[in-house]
Amino acid sequence: MNGKTFLALLARDAHVARRNLVPLLFQTFLQPLLFVFIFGRVMVGNGYLPPAYKSLLLPGIMAISMSFTGIWAVAMPLIAEFQFTREIEDRLLAPIDISWVAVEKVLAGLIQAIVAGLVVIPLAWIILRPGLELHLNHPLLFVGITLLVAGFSACGGLALGCSVDQQHIGLMFSMVLTPMIFFGCTYYPWSALSKFPILQKVVLINPLAYASEGLRAALVPQFPHLSTPLIVAALMVFDVLLLVVGLRQFQKKAIT
Amino acid sequence: MESAIRTQNLRKVYSSPPPSGAGRSIPPSPTGKRKKDPTPQITALDGIDLDIAPGQIFGLLGPNGAGKSTTVGVLTTRVRPTSGTAWIGGHDVWREQTAAKRQIGVVAQRPNLDFSLTAREILLFHGAYFGLNSQQRSQRATALLERFKLTDRADQLVRGFSGGMMQRVSIARAMMHDPQVLFLDEPSAGLDPQTRLLLWEIIRDYNLKGRTILLTTHNMEEADALCQRLAIIDHGRIIASGTPDELKASIPGGFLLRLRFGRHSAPLLERLATLPGVTEVRASGDSGADLYASRAFEVELSDVHISEPSLENLFLHHTGRSLRE
Repeated sequence: MNGKTFLALLARDAHVARRNLVPLLFQTFLQPLLFVFIFGRVMVGNGYLPPAYKSLLLPGIMAISMSFTGIWAVAMPLIAEFQFTREIEDRLLAPIDISWVAVEKVLAGLIQAIVAGLVVIPLAWIILRPGLELHLNHPLLFVGITLLVAGFSACGGLALGCSVDQQHIGLMFSMVLTPMIFFGCTYYPWSALSKFPILQKVVLINPLAYASEGLRAALVPQFPHLSTPLIVAALMVFDVLLLVVGLRQFQKKAIT
Repeated sequence: MESAIRTQNLRKVYSSPPPSGAGRSIPPSPTGKRKKDPTPQITALDGIDLDIAPGQIFGLLGPNGAGKSTTVGVLTTRVRPTSGTAWIGGHDVWREQTAAKRQIGVVAQRPNLDFSLTAREILLFHGAYFGLNSQQRSQRATALLERFKLTDRADQLVRGFSGGMMQRVSIARAMMHDPQVLFLDEPSAGLDPQTRLLLWEIIRDYNLKGRTILLTTHNMEEADALCQRLAIIDHGRIIASGTPDELKASIPGGFLLRLRFGRHSAPLLERLATLPGVTEVRASGDSGADLYASRAFEVELSDVHISEPSLENLFLHHTGRSLRE
């Protein structure tokens, strides 16, 4: 690996992100903000949902925000840069193994996902207060889960971005990302699916389910959640799996 | 001395449609077992051997789809060869990719600029990828922008640039880290004559610094004007190579006489063919005849255009078709 080149690639992405800061912020925060407001404030405020729902909702929103940001931050530029214009070519010709170009993309996406996740907490706190009960009993668990969730989203972005063509972006959203959110235990805990035993098993193939449950375990352990070792193990498996698949797809796209 | 660029029996067979810009217009070769094998096998390179000495301007000349871009792709780590080996300055391109990439600068056939950046940023980041420090980066970027007459647009996003300007940025970018070997894939396609002359001058200057340049072109004039050595490539094979003069001298008959009559007839062509010195006669259109001749001769003509022996004739001679067909 060539550290100077890697840092330069990272600097390039940081520069472009800074240039697109305002749209990036809207894209990242508008949806979770609206969700928190409508479900946490409007619905709870009118008594349609119990006050405890506020605390249950927050980790799910955080998981959505992180996953989407990571996937988006890696997949969308890759899809665009591998298109007709081959914008990525100059970076593929940089004096570094091309897998590191992909790893750099993942790292950039991972950082963005972490920022997106962490910013949700103060935002939600402002909107949902009072009645929000967060219990950060194990800070290390929170750090670990946050890193693993960011990792799965960035690696997932790599795998998706190198497998989907530009004309199929819409399909990627409706066929992959939307079901992922609704079957990702984001707006409800996994235990709430106990009345749908088959569905409850099926959602376990969804990495977002472990992300939501993991953040629930780390931030609001008073609610039922999947066992922590299972969550950590599953997220690790997804991280590695998606990275391996993503790197393979990247090589395929990069070299003819 | 070690070769700057060397290839040994390079073959590339595409089993999926080749990427545009690399062997695009090769027709699928008909194979016997068409029913069993639905993916078309396209042979883009069919045993390319090259040996290019350092400090040369070397031209790969051939029509669209001949295999020029695929050859450049293999040499620049972008296309994996099916078999054979390629070296850049002693580094096996596919075993020592990073070392090979340090040696080369590449200008692709189509501008592949980073559209999120300005022209200056493209050069600066390219320099950073190659480990130049910030002072070197900004000095070189400023000098190259000046040289390529891009200074007044340097701080605008390249998204809005014209094709010719994008091409200039691409070439400046490839020179940014001062590579030993510069690849230019059809560098003057789409450039106006003025810019083309500027480009030729820049290529010659770069060569004077001792750098090796490999350019592909289907423009005879460009090959003749720039290249010290040439290889003519068609259907993935090198069909002739040498200096431009050597290649021209290899055409039997020497001169091409392009004759234009009121109209010509078969007996006239036959008679022309019997004239002393004439080696071949070809009808061209209703009223023209192309004579390959070793010397001039007497006949009543309405027009004579004597072409110097040219690479176009050479190509015609070797392949039986014109480069622009």
